Amino acid sequence: MPTATYDDTTVPVDDQGFFTDPGRWTEPMAEQIAREDGIATLTDRHWIVIRFMRAQYEVKGTGPTVRILGKTSGVGVKELYRLFPKGPAKTAARIAGIPKPRGCL
Amino acid sequence: MSDTRTKVATATTTAPESTPAAPSVPAPAATIEKVSIIVSKGSLEGIYPALIMANGARAEGIEADLFFTFFGLDAITKKRWEHIKLATVGNPGLHLPTLLGGMPGVPDLVTRVMERKMDRLDIPPIPEFIEMIADTGAGIYACQASVDLFGLERNDLVEQVQGVITVGEFYERAAGSQIIYT
Repeated sequence: MPTATYDDTTVPVDDQGFFTDPGRWTEPMAEQIAREDGIATLTDRHWIVIRFMRAQYEVKGTGPTVRILGKTSGVGVKELYRLFPKGPAKTAARIAGIPKPRGCL
Repeated sequence: MSDTRTKVATATTTAPESTPAAPSVPAPAATIEKVSIIVSKGSLEGIYPALIMANGARAEGIEADLFFTFFGLDAITKKRWEHIKLATVGNPGLHLPTLLGGMPGVPDLVTRVMERKMDRLDIPPIPEFIEMIADTGAGIYACQASVDLFGLERNDLVEQVQGVITVGEFYERAAGSQIIYT
């Protein structure tokens, strides 16, 4: 299985770079993962989404899709795409150290 | 099979231990950068797949344009977009006798049943869906020839429409994209 090293810790990831063991993720890793996805700095608004991703994953075992994020995270769809231009649910999931959310909406 | 991550490979990625040295620049995996989706039908089942594909493209970070032409224009016409019906005649997939599908009230009934099923899956109604797709940054365009054909004005179209464009302008915008016709 591929691995990646963030904050001096080596963690297992899938072939798209998503954590396969979310328990290994720590907050200091987020900035480095974000930079790999072209996000230079994580703002408070990014963190609202990242923490929401993790909270949803804890409860449901899967990350939310963009539609759910837009309706329930407190950050609207337009802003989500401004914060995470390469796909909000997908990018935020990777930064939050959870598997890629599945779902068609 | 190599263990090396290709798509998000970084300096911090560990090299595989037991395989010979991998090429330093791995061939990039093929990706789709942009889709241009043409919506030509005005039925529920003609419109939703296009909306789901456009929205799904944006969710993957793929650029997306929707180009509404002919009866597809109903999806972005103010007085029509809330009243899109499922085709109950000439639609063998529905498994409903043609004669029954043509009876008064049946299209409305079948459409309502389908809308309820979609609501349970949190699939938004067409107006809400188009608003959401506009918010994702996708382009929404109407076909000039169709707008002329149906005698429509810009003002008859919903505010999310970014322009009424000719087929030539569509192809210019679609440069380098995958074109999907529905």
